[in-house]
Amino acid sequence: MKSTKVLVPSGVLGLGFDLKALNTGIKNKPDIIAIDGGSTDSGPFSLGSGTSKYSRDSVRSEWKSLMKARNKAKVPLIIGSCGTCGTDSMVDWMEEITIEVAKELNQNLKIAKLYCEQKRDYIKINYKNSRITSLNPAPNLNVSLIDEMTHIVALAGAEQIQECLKTGADIILAGRTTDTAIISALPLMNGSDPGASWHGAKIAECGALCSSNPTSGVVLVEFDQIGFTVEAMSENAFCTPYTVASHMLYENADPYILSEPGGYMDVTNACYSSINNRKVRVQGANWHTSKKYNVKLEGARVYGYQTSLLVILRENFYVKNAMKWTEKLSRFLKKEIKLRMKLNNSDYSLDFRHIGINSTLGDLEKSERIPVEVGVLCIVTSKRNKISTEIAKLINPFLLHFPLTTDEELPTFAFPYSPVHSDRGYVYEFSLNHLLELNNPMDAFQIKISEV
Amino acid sequence: MSILGEKVKKIRSKNAGPFWITVDIFCGSQEAYRDVCLNLNNEKIANLLMINIKDLKRFEIEKLNVVKFSFPRKIIQGHIFDRDMHGAQLAILLSEMEF
Repeated sequence: MKSTKVLVPSGVLGLGFDLKALNTGIKNKPDIIAIDGGSTDSGPFSLGSGTSKYSRDSVRSEWKSLMKARNKAKVPLIIGSCGTCGTDSMVDWMEEITIEVAKELNQNLKIAKLYCEQKRDYIKINYKNSRITSLNPAPNLNVSLIDEMTHIVALAGAEQIQECLKTGADIILAGRTTDTAIISALPLMNGSDPGASWHGAKIAECGALCSSNPTSGVVLVEFDQIGFTVEAMSENAFCTPYTVASHMLYENADPYILSEPGGYMDVTNACYSSINNRKVRVQGANWHTSKKYNVKLEGARVYGYQTSLLVILRENFYVKNAMKWTEKLSRFLKKEIKLRMKLNNSDYSLDFRHIGINSTLGDLEKSERIPVEVGVLCIVTSKRNKISTEIAKLINPFLLHFPLTTDEELPTFAFPYSPVHSDRGYVYEFSLNHLLELNNPMDAFQIKISEV
Repeated sequence: MSILGEKVKKIRSKNAGPFWITVDIFCGSQEAYRDVCLNLNNEKIANLLMINIKDLKRFEIEKLNVVKFSFPRKIIQGHIFDRDMHGAQLAILLSEMEF
């Protein structure tokens, strides 16, 4: 059996990669080029709004380099989790970019699009039929909560990607997939060892993060019937058993087990050895097929509408008493909001963060060093559209002048810009950490073909 | 009294999906690894992070001289009361703890 070589240009499209290393990768004759387009890593906004975290220009310029590389290699190019969140709108967005670039480069292409977004009614029926189970920990689920979600996606696995590969497409634009499935799909299809296929995919899913030089991006993984070999493509990047094995720890709650649609991988018995100073051979991971075929669901709903204000305290007395000041100010503001706007405490949330004291760690902070200045970030969130803007405007003069004591001249603190309030628009909340059971892997997914 | 950050090579923390945080202590040597395995108990970690000890998962990975802890986040990533979406600054707490 011939081995399968997968070229991974980077951990995610938009983060950049070394073009020289990409070229070296192409010279190694890969069978497929696979790159991830996103994850939940940046928070719920992308999925909630169905938009990309990265700029269109960044994505377009990197995608253009990859489309050129694909044209040279004459192998499929696949991107998973298009536009960060992998909604249908983001698959179409990637297609629009692909068509633009194809016309520019004069390329004729067959494009396969994998749609992973789920209709709320479909999720509700499955919920009622007990086909949705919760992972640990999971937000409580009910029908009205499902109705509130702006976008729900199911994470595709190797099976759905393989269906795309079978179409013979030059470019595959996939909605939400697991990070690993875009890499493991082809080796699995070609008969490589299943444990090794998933393990190698996990090692390479963040590109050169499994090497000594993470920012170089490009790695090549060669899969066979026993194991896999991983090599960084940049001259200045080295894969060692330590860098490769350590990657199993990264962003993984469990360093041995990785759940995927249709089963799980166990690397407890994996062995890592050096082939030379840049290449590592790995064998021994096991794949366990489960009885049920489950796919993971991700969903986000609107939590509220948010406005923030920032004021800076530099005067020593206020720096030392910043917490006391905001406690007093907060009590005062809540009273005024009730009086002037007729709002109850439950209609909005008012949150003060003390930058310089404990804004990162909150109650967990142990250090008591006195800072030079304190930034007080005031975050207003309301359930109703635009109310937070009005609350922020009510707060504004008091944030500027509120005195801690009664016998002092009116203080004036530092506002760093105008306008002082920043409308942050809708904020979202991740509302699903659940599995959906399918009879057939394609039940919740759809493939569409187009040509350019 | 010295601090843990001075005893080991590197401590990092990171979100593992929106619902979990994981902390990796790269001990750097077998000696430091044994020291951490023996003397850094789950109770200390649970107290430091103000989490329920039952929720704390511990992995001792001898091959890499790594001790790893994972636990569910009290506040889901990106929720309005979340202060550090990627949880990467949490490692500082372990780094600065007396050991």
